[in-house]
Amino acid sequence: MSAQASKANAPSRALLEKLFRTAYKIRVFETEGIKLYRQGLIRGYFHPYLGQEGIATGVCAALSEGDFIASTHRGHGHCIAWGADVNRMVAELLQKESGYCRGYGGSMHIADISAGNLGANGIVGAGTPLGVGAALAAQIKGSDAVTVTFTTDGASNNGTFLESLNLAAIWNLAFVLVIENNQYAVSTRIEESTREVELYKRGLSIGVESHQVDGNDPLAVYNLTQQAVEKCRRGEGPILIEAKTYRHMGHHVNDPGKYMPADRLAYYKERDPVDRARNALVEMADVDKAEIDAIESEIRQEFEDAVVFSKASREISLAEFREFVEAY
Amino acid sequence: MAREIMYRDALREAIDEEMERDATVFILGEGIAERGGSYKVTEGLLAKYGAKRVRDTPIAEAGMIGVGVGAAIAGARPIVEILYIDFAMLGMDMLVNQAAKFRLMTGGDGRVPFVMRTQGGTGGGVAAQHSQSLEALFYHIPGLKVVMPSTPADAKGLLKYALRQSDPVMFLEHKHLYMTKGLVPDDEHVVEFGKADIKRPGSDVTLIAWSNMVPRALEAAAKLAEQGIEAEVLDPRTLVPLDKQAILASVARTNRVVIAQEAVRRGGVASDIASIIQEEAFFELDAPIEIVAGLNIPIPFNLELEKASVPQVDDIVAAARRALHAKPLALAAE
Repeated sequence: MSAQASKANAPSRALLEKLFRTAYKIRVFETEGIKLYRQGLIRGYFHPYLGQEGIATGVCAALSEGDFIASTHRGHGHCIAWGADVNRMVAELLQKESGYCRGYGGSMHIADISAGNLGANGIVGAGTPLGVGAALAAQIKGSDAVTVTFTTDGASNNGTFLESLNLAAIWNLAFVLVIENNQYAVSTRIEESTREVELYKRGLSIGVESHQVDGNDPLAVYNLTQQAVEKCRRGEGPILIEAKTYRHMGHHVNDPGKYMPADRLAYYKERDPVDRARNALVEMADVDKAEIDAIESEIRQEFEDAVVFSKASREISLAEFREFVEAY
Repeated sequence: MAREIMYRDALREAIDEEMERDATVFILGEGIAERGGSYKVTEGLLAKYGAKRVRDTPIAEAGMIGVGVGAAIAGARPIVEILYIDFAMLGMDMLVNQAAKFRLMTGGDGRVPFVMRTQGGTGGGVAAQHSQSLEALFYHIPGLKVVMPSTPADAKGLLKYALRQSDPVMFLEHKHLYMTKGLVPDDEHVVEFGKADIKRPGSDVTLIAWSNMVPRALEAAAKLAEQGIEAEVLDPRTLVPLDKQAILASVARTNRVVIAQEAVRRGGVASDIASIIQEEAFFELDAPIEIVAGLNIPIPFNLELEKASVPQVDDIVAAARRALHAKPLALAAE
């Protein structure tokens, strides 16, 4: 195939730029967010999505307004890829009233119901039944919305994984279950958690169309998800996607991740999803370095502005909290 | 005008009317569609509303409850029927960690108009894993509404209200009540949460009871009346929210209180109601608050032992007499 022909079949510049912008925005959010955490500005848990950006980026690019997503404890990337306002995300991490949850939820509970984001979740595996429920609500209402639940290799050993995917299957729901297989349940290797490490096979065993994809390749994730979403809209759901990936660090900010072998980490860092999104934009759409730099500095500026916005925001008052308590 | 119908028919009327009124109301459970449910509550609904809104599920309580909670978050109004309250324990993560907390975790934006209908209590000889009264578990969790109707009218009105409000509701029926009869208004009948009902007025002692303890308290009140004691029977109907004002007002009238619960004594709702009364109406009391409750054990199969494990009518009568400093009946007869 000539270079010319290959370019003709290439994805659009708009798509490639969108994928890069999203992946890079997640990278900046997590990298800079960790600095805020180290400065003591963020309390509690912070589970970075570093290294896994390709999955949320590719999946959410294939979804439309009116669709739903449900996320995990490692949820910042899903929110950003879904189009969340970085101001309100940073404000939530800084426990401010202007945050997505007004400071009531924090990192593990960022949600935006009105936009179809059912939220991150502190209970591993819980997003699967909740997502199937959203897909069921869509079917009841006669809408063509698709719901994607991001789940994890760790959560695939949980009972609700089978129970809810099975419900989605018998009811032909427009539901896509994306297993982000980062190969660790906190610190426990997947080989110690299950005898069958090819997790997509679990879907096959209950009659669910299931696929495996390189989670560090945003474009591949996008292409596969787009097909899955189209099938779901035609009533041919649910579909399971296993996206293989690897964290760039431990389970959370304070976990050094010493159990992660250096050579494995190096292998995945060579296949960094943000680099791949950038390279795809450069190589397939002829975008030059100056343009890339401009995009990157715009995104970094957006984060800096969000920090300024959040620091200037107020916290919820005890009087407002008391009102909330009364209503509960 | 009113008709006399059974508790289970009243529940069906509520579901039917709300499904008719609101197309986002649907119901799922084990054997509820074609079979019409183990207690015939959902009989006829499949034929009327179709398989999309009346769904049988596999035996997967955690999944069913979780899917119901997710559907509620996404804007539908699910009713999930769980055969026995004992089986709801399989779905506790979804109730306790998801449904109950969602509103707060989202800063108030996320609401969960989810109704779990289930039934508990003794009476069927179905032993330890099918006879529990577990309302205290849900009562303890902020964010869950706890509803325990004792009559057909309350069952209908409270279920209709549950399907119109926006918080997760634990709608706890009693296996002994499904075939009991009572008058239900012909007109639109909705009972708001947090409104206690005086099932029998009286001036000498207040009997606080819910669910299947209400008919027993009424029977006890009839016996007490024969002994010249006028008992007031107060049914909170919803434990969360609890109608504190009605309880305190009744205590102020009678100055004596018996609280009857079928659930085990330890860590029960009765203890919490007693605590509220002593805290807010201590000087109204002429006697210690009496609690009549189940023994702190799992329910045995043997019929006599099953009866001995939960309060009977005579236990309530005896407690009321103690509260009135009256002699036990056996001695009074001498």
